[in-house]
Amino acid sequence: MSTKPPPATHRLGPQLGEVIDRTRPLRFTWDGAPHEGYAGDTIASALAAGGVRTFSRSFKYHRPRGILTASFHDPGCIVQAGDEPNVRAAHRRVEAGASVTPQNVWPSLRFDVRSANRAVSRFLPPGFYYKTFMKPERLWPTYQKVLKRFASGGRVSATAAIGYFDKRYAHPEVLVAGGGPAGMAAAVAAAEAGASVMLVEEEYDLGGHLRWGGAEELAFLAELRAAVAAQPGIEVLTNSAVTGRYDDNWVAVLQRGLPQHRERLIKARVGTLIVAPGLIERPYVFEGNDTPGVMLSTAVRRLIKLYAVRPGERAVVLSANADGDAAAADLERAGVQVAEVVDARRGGDVVRVRGSRSVAEVELGDGTKVACDLVVMAVGWTAPTGLLNMAGDRPAYRPEAARFLPGESLAPNVLAAGGLAGDGSLDQLVEHARAVGRRAATGEGAVPDLEVHAHPALFRGRTHGMVDLSEDISSKDIVAAAREGYDSVELVKRYTTVTMGPAQGKLETVNAVAVLAEATGRSIQATGTTVWRPPHVPITLGALAGRMFEPVRHSPMQSWHEAHGAVPLVAGQWIRPDRYGDPGAEVRNVRERVGIIDVTPLGKLDLRGPDVPKLLNQLYVNKWSKLEVGAVRYGVMCAEDGVVLDDGVTGHLGPDHYLMSTTSSGAATVWEWVESWLQTERREWRVHVTPVTTAYASINVAGPNSRELLGRLSDDVDLSSEAFPYMRVRTGSIAGVGSCFMWRIGFTGELSYEIHVPAAYGLHVWEALLDQGADLGAAPFGVEAQRIMRLEKGHAIVGQDTDGLTQGYGAALDWLIKLDKDDFAGKTELAWQHERGGYPMLVGLHPTDGSVVPDEASQIVDARNHIVGRITSSRWSPTLGRSVCLGFVARHLTEPGTVVTVQLPDGRRITAAVTPELASFDPEGVRLRG
Amino acid sequence: MILVPCPHCGPRNVSEFRHVGEATARPDPASATPAQWRAYLYLRRNPAGWTTETWYHRAGCRAFFGAERHTVTNQFRRSWSGGEVSPLAGTPAELGGGVDASTAEGAPEP
Repeated sequence: MSTKPPPATHRLGPQLGEVIDRTRPLRFTWDGAPHEGYAGDTIASALAAGGVRTFSRSFKYHRPRGILTASFHDPGCIVQAGDEPNVRAAHRRVEAGASVTPQNVWPSLRFDVRSANRAVSRFLPPGFYYKTFMKPERLWPTYQKVLKRFASGGRVSATAAIGYFDKRYAHPEVLVAGGGPAGMAAAVAAAEAGASVMLVEEEYDLGGHLRWGGAEELAFLAELRAAVAAQPGIEVLTNSAVTGRYDDNWVAVLQRGLPQHRERLIKARVGTLIVAPGLIERPYVFEGNDTPGVMLSTAVRRLIKLYAVRPGERAVVLSANADGDAAAADLERAGVQVAEVVDARRGGDVVRVRGSRSVAEVELGDGTKVACDLVVMAVGWTAPTGLLNMAGDRPAYRPEAARFLPGESLAPNVLAAGGLAGDGSLDQLVEHARAVGRRAATGEGAVPDLEVHAHPALFRGRTHGMVDLSEDISSKDIVAAAREGYDSVELVKRYTTVTMGPAQGKLETVNAVAVLAEATGRSIQATGTTVWRPPHVPITLGALAGRMFEPVRHSPMQSWHEAHGAVPLVAGQWIRPDRYGDPGAEVRNVRERVGIIDVTPLGKLDLRGPDVPKLLNQLYVNKWSKLEVGAVRYGVMCAEDGVVLDDGVTGHLGPDHYLMSTTSSGAATVWEWVESWLQTERREWRVHVTPVTTAYASINVAGPNSRELLGRLSDDVDLSSEAFPYMRVRTGSIAGVGSCFMWRIGFTGELSYEIHVPAAYGLHVWEALLDQGADLGAAPFGVEAQRIMRLEKGHAIVGQDTDGLTQGYGAALDWLIKLDKDDFAGKTELAWQHERGGYPMLVGLHPTDGSVVPDEASQIVDARNHIVGRITSSRWSPTLGRSVCLGFVARHLTEPGTVVTVQLPDGRRITAAVTPELASFDPEGVRLRG
Repeated sequence: MILVPCPHCGPRNVSEFRHVGEATARPDPASATPAQWRAYLYLRRNPAGWTTETWYHRAGCRAFFGAERHTVTNQFRRSWSGGEVSPLAGTPAELGGGVDASTAEGAPEP
């Protein structure tokens, strides 16, 4: 292995428009060997300057592949650069020190064992994988391993550095997709008319085909570039591409190669989208058309003019247009011997190319064989109409021009410019583009029509060749597929995978359609094309994922929880303290002394107005008209299908003033529910809703010592049991903080007060409680301890002990549902449920062996192995020294004392008995009401 | 990513809204039969064409408003707040819900 890069045998002298910087040579390795290029070279051009011709092996047959288009789409130039697979070597600039390797080769690029596929290619027709490797099924893992070796792409590294992919939102009035002469002219005209413009170009420089033109084109290019630079209203994004146009001109732009991160996804809401991608040169289909050394005319012109690379020694040019002729002239100027220019306009044709590793000889239509190492094709242009298709347009095929042009149904905020829209001289196309730019910016001004010039229709020659070089699909394969009955273009695409490679049809679709049309005896128009969908260009998953903007919510006491070792619980967007140590010990402390828990995420809605009782009656299943000022009541809400929606406590704070509490996870849902009634069904009710969930820090002070503790911090509220009974609300100051309110409720089953403190003072009050309560045993408890205690008391949690089908009566709420109310949400379905009976019901369950704690969601089964219920909540109770559960059982099993069978996830079966009440501890509620 | 014309805020990204659903009329609960009630809960005309529906501007002005939209092309021709807003039906969406309206490919003209 040599340690010196090979001499740049194919590097030319300075070219007028070259993009390489000869003062900055760069070294890199290719396939393990050192190579050299210049800053500005692409990987492919640097290698080609050193005489490299083979860059990869094809997907299925492992045929050697070289430069075909010398552009982003070049199918044979996809390589691995360091950790990054699938790098487009004919677009990506060379970097110093890069380690570039070929993909899909084994053991090496020169000698690829798998090219033996070629010998068995007749047994590998398209769709062969639908017919082979099927039986026996037990060998699928083996088939998979073998196939993986034969059809591999690049390597994904498990140790690659994590990249940062950015995201940005933009609102340009005009977005121009394509920075060639038409795109630049349109952008300048739009900016002159006052619009904000975003100009997106896939290459590293603006200019399109002008860049490899003659002195005149380069001079005009310099003018256009200066005009763009002179407009402050044009934002130019190079090495970027529009990857999709969505509804209402929601446009995705992928910006590549930024210094700080690999890709940025720009989501733009665009006023008017101008599509000016130019035309993509189309390969010609003939035997050997994928051999290294067969190139498009634009490829040789790019190599010569941009990178000063001589593409070969001796060339034959098949030309059907002026660009082919210009390529022949460029080749001669570059010192390539042009053996023959075959004029396709006069019937000239190329029949086949011979050469195993590289072009050796070409056979022409008149039978002559010419020895050469370079065959150049200039047989026509494909219009990349993808973005127009995505905008709802149906481009029409024009047989005289042998290409598709925009149809009639383009949306008014999407315009086409440049070669996509029609033909003409450079001046005519620029004039047209300026008119398009003005129209895009102002909505006014006529856009002149463009001519459509005739062009010979050349798709496939006299022999069969490759149509899709990425997928290794030949024209023979398409004909065979049509013969098998896959004769529509959508079916052929999916069956053969033609156009499904990295270029996504940009180089393949029209040839595929033409071959199919020929095979089925239809015209190209009648055959049509497949549907174009985003992404229009390759995009990394990183760019799609982008940055995560996910808010995190925590209470004012969070810093205290963290400092005291709370294990966090993620509950939706909220971070809550799950436990500080042993939840069992926390439970014991609450039941014996006093504990405090941060329940700030609890939903809180401030309701004001004379019609609040009507609202409460409408949304809750129980009655609210007679709730006095100073009282609070528990309520359950059902949806219009009778399914339990949420529960909470609502208090009457003052005249026309209530506070509704909801579950933490239901806070936003219930607010929306309340608003929907007030804004739609009951617009005449006078109620004003203010969500105050985060306006108050909420703390539950629970346990036998809670009254004593709160009394030390509250001077203006009489906390005695006579003055402040159970289910009442009082307002006052706590720890010197005014405007607090507290209510006596009892989720945990202990004497407890839920205090709501203006949020800014939450931490102060929290710390004051612990400080003042030290001798009373005050300690924090977390969500887990609370859940254990509420389970001991048989309190159901909506969403845990109810699901999306649990109607009110099924949740054991018959004591709460007041069917004699006139109307409330869910009343009709609840009444019918009540009539029907027979519904499964929520009951308390004690496993017979109190040391077994069944998993939640364990199924309850009967003697015939039918599922008759499930465990919804299950914990070990430190208070009772045994396991306690809640669960659903079929109606006939709800009698207290009934023994049911529970199947645990590991397959074991245990028995459990239905308890007389849902509550296992203090069912009378004596401790609550003290 | 369609633009929804909120009558208060103007055209905004669909991700700001919750699509409440096709307009329905809430039957009189006192006299509705189970079949009528369930039609209110679950059955919709669901035309391929113009439909009247309710939207909720969840991440904006928080108003419920009505709109006429073409279900195939996602064009809107009218949106209004107050009066004539169709009532809700069924359960409201979970927190964090949004609407993802995809392009109608190859759609015929409205």
